[in-house]
Amino acid sequence: MQMIDSLAEVRAEIGKCMKCGNCQSVCPIYQETRHETGVARGKITLVEAFLSGELALTEKLENLLSLCLVCKSCVINCPCGVKLDKIVLGARAEIAKRKGLPLIKKAIFGTMKRPRYMDFGLKLGSRFQGLVFRRHEDREANYPRFSIGMSLRRIIPPLAVLPFRQVVPERLVVQKPRLKVAFFTGCAINYLYPDIGISTVNVLTRNNIEVIIPKAQHCCGTPVLAHGDVSTARQMAVSNLIILKSLEVDAIVTSCASCGGALKHEYGELLSDRSQKKLALEIGARVYDINEFLTEVAGFEKPKGDVPLRVTYHDPCHMVKVQQVTEPPRQVLRSIPGLEFVEMAKPDRCCGNGGSFSLQYYDLSMDITGKKMNDIKNTGTDLIVTSCPGCRMQLEDGANRYGLPHRVVHTVQLLDQAYRNHKQTDK
Amino acid sequence: MVSPNIISELRAQLGKDNVLTSPEELIVYSYDASAAAPKGRPDVVITPSTRDQVACIVKLCAKYNVPIYPRGSGTNLSGGTIPLKGGIVMSTLNMNKIIDLDYENLTATLQPGVIIQTLNDAVAAAGLIYPPDPGTVSTATMGGAVAECAGGLRGLKYGVTKHYVMGLEVVLANGEVIRVGGKTVKNVTGYDLTQLFTGSEGTLGIITEIIVKLIPAPEHHISMMAAFNDLDRAARTISDIIKNRVIPATLEIMDNTTIRTVEEFKKVGLPVEAEAVLLIEVDGIKEVVEREARVVMDICRANEVDKITVAKDDQERFRLWEARRAALPALSRVKPTTILEDATVPRSRIPDMIRAIRKIAEKYDLVIGTFGHAGDGNLHPTIVTDASDKEEMARVERAVNEIFEAALGLGGTLSGEHGIGTAKAKFLEKEFGSEGLAVMKRIKDALDPNGILNPGKIFVSLGESKNADD
Repeated sequence: MQMIDSLAEVRAEIGKCMKCGNCQSVCPIYQETRHETGVARGKITLVEAFLSGELALTEKLENLLSLCLVCKSCVINCPCGVKLDKIVLGARAEIAKRKGLPLIKKAIFGTMKRPRYMDFGLKLGSRFQGLVFRRHEDREANYPRFSIGMSLRRIIPPLAVLPFRQVVPERLVVQKPRLKVAFFTGCAINYLYPDIGISTVNVLTRNNIEVIIPKAQHCCGTPVLAHGDVSTARQMAVSNLIILKSLEVDAIVTSCASCGGALKHEYGELLSDRSQKKLALEIGARVYDINEFLTEVAGFEKPKGDVPLRVTYHDPCHMVKVQQVTEPPRQVLRSIPGLEFVEMAKPDRCCGNGGSFSLQYYDLSMDITGKKMNDIKNTGTDLIVTSCPGCRMQLEDGANRYGLPHRVVHTVQLLDQAYRNHKQTDK
Repeated sequence: MVSPNIISELRAQLGKDNVLTSPEELIVYSYDASAAAPKGRPDVVITPSTRDQVACIVKLCAKYNVPIYPRGSGTNLSGGTIPLKGGIVMSTLNMNKIIDLDYENLTATLQPGVIIQTLNDAVAAAGLIYPPDPGTVSTATMGGAVAECAGGLRGLKYGVTKHYVMGLEVVLANGEVIRVGGKTVKNVTGYDLTQLFTGSEGTLGIITEIIVKLIPAPEHHISMMAAFNDLDRAARTISDIIKNRVIPATLEIMDNTTIRTVEEFKKVGLPVEAEAVLLIEVDGIKEVVEREARVVMDICRANEVDKITVAKDDQERFRLWEARRAALPALSRVKPTTILEDATVPRSRIPDMIRAIRKIAEKYDLVIGTFGHAGDGNLHPTIVTDASDKEEMARVERAVNEIFEAALGLGGTLSGEHGIGTAKAKFLEKEFGSEGLAVMKRIKDALDPNGILNPGKIFVSLGESKNADD
């Protein structure tokens, strides 16, 4: 049994580290800073010293512990199987417990707990975002107009005028459905990238699959957990599990790597109550990433329309290192006629986003993205494809910053395009 | 020990981002990969980027008599980078440029912070390799590898770091800079100082530039695994292979304790009944490799091998080696503390050494897994224990003592590739005698009279003890 806020388990995990330093070869942070504080064995030492009282809880310590993308590159590379994510998140939870969350985080997470307030706030935001942001000349993106705790060079996607879940009906009925699925959208698709949501729905219905998009679904909890707010994350998880359990569906589909990782694996470790844990494992076993679902469960219809582009694919950390899904998105891409797929060097190297990490450490985050951009440039492609809205945001910003012409899309958007291109040639 | 005015001088020289002084930043430089070595927190950690900065700082250290500890990735296994006496840890990681790749002379010129794998990646396109491949090839720095004279799995055929170092630039303890060796294959001009600094564990000077030899990459590999239910037959196989003029790139052995532990941890299909498993790889020109692989298999069969597997493709080859790679991690999971030794004997004495280790394990009631580079006689007896168990640790200490005595008794040496550091310092006299040790101390005192370079490593020098008395 594992629990995120059990110090005994954090200590047991710490005990497994033999300080070999193998984590140095894969940690994106360490590759940039080259300081022992950045790498897993260093963080483990910091947490150990913090828990034993050898180090006091200082701002410096807190900052160093926030300097982790939770990308799990070290976890899959560790010869001793040390789960650094558990140690770092456990330490952040302990810090939040001792100090309380800062007011601003409390307010934000409190809103995230209530989907309706969040809808309202972000809709309001989308109306007035022009006051704060200016449009990018040719990308679907905005720059901040003045300092709002975000780098002025950074571009982010505009807030959707209407959240995705308000645009689409809760149930998309098809004639004689082969399968019935629930679509867990997550926040990024709902508020920032409704286009990914729409393509997901199009592709599923095109394959004669009925889709239910539960309106009351919450944030998956990953962002609040990253800040140590375990109790809010638990409330979100339980609420999502109850909603998903109430639906009569064959599977639950996500198009966000982080949501997928949370639903599939992390709820089981987050929840301590035995019946809740059982429910998490039951539901988790029925969750699929959209690429995985299309290739391994649904046996999707091979598209006939051409998409004549040269593309490369970036593996999101939460897809590769949490869900172990690497082949399905490539199979989807290879199924598209006219599309040329070029593998980049180290496609599973972290893009540098790490959720709010990129807000707190923008320059470092962009240095990490720089390596990715270099690998992408070497492929000679025109388009970046990925399977996570978080990575999409980071890669879009990176391409802009490093002067690459590439746009960034989700695999499912290209598949949707291929289906539609065929329809057009039919006419 | 490091006064505020020294720290402000360091900041003036290096910029404040390259001078770390907070307890959070210092504590993570108080150890390296040596599990049981004593720790020590530095007063300052610095990250210079040029030779001139290094020279300038060493001068400062000499002026104020401050210890300075050069450090690469901190992955060594003998406590070689631990700042035992306070002072300054100098990380070379910002000196990470490949200065020159010379494909006509087959050399690479590097700053010390370049990672070994980075060098190999850089020369791969030219069909070349830098052969020494310690287990830490993707993390360790070239500077660290030269300072420790790192070995690796391919030592039998390709040798170790010292066979590839052609020239060095070194900052001496007084801050002066010297260049020794160069790009020529032949060089008998004066004493061979390049070899003196190679393996000197940071006690004689700080390496700021390295010239190494590159060789053509072997075009073909064949990997085999041979399991024996009898240790002597495995041992005979090792010597027969060499006697038949086949020099495999790697010839590794794992004993029964290691086999069982690995299999429990990874389920790679190792025969748990076997007394020993040999992992053999031959490499080179395709036709030659195929012929050599046949010879190896014939020898295994002649020695009544109980099971032999040949990897059919790269994937199978990777799987075979997975077992070997898992040896240390698997053993390290058995108990909290893992003590990894590297006592080395002439390869003909491998079975005697394995038997001696087994006897010692029984005598002191300890779990010792032995694996290692059978082909070059470099074994890794690995004691799994618990540092918090005082009574067991006392037995461990006596066992380690006897392992060293056994190795020396068989005509071997204390350390094949990990270095002496702090971990084996007290055994040095056993191998060298007091006269031999005195020669080393005289060299150290000639080059570093005040003992400021990596003090406490290999032995305590005259300068250091003088310093301690002050």
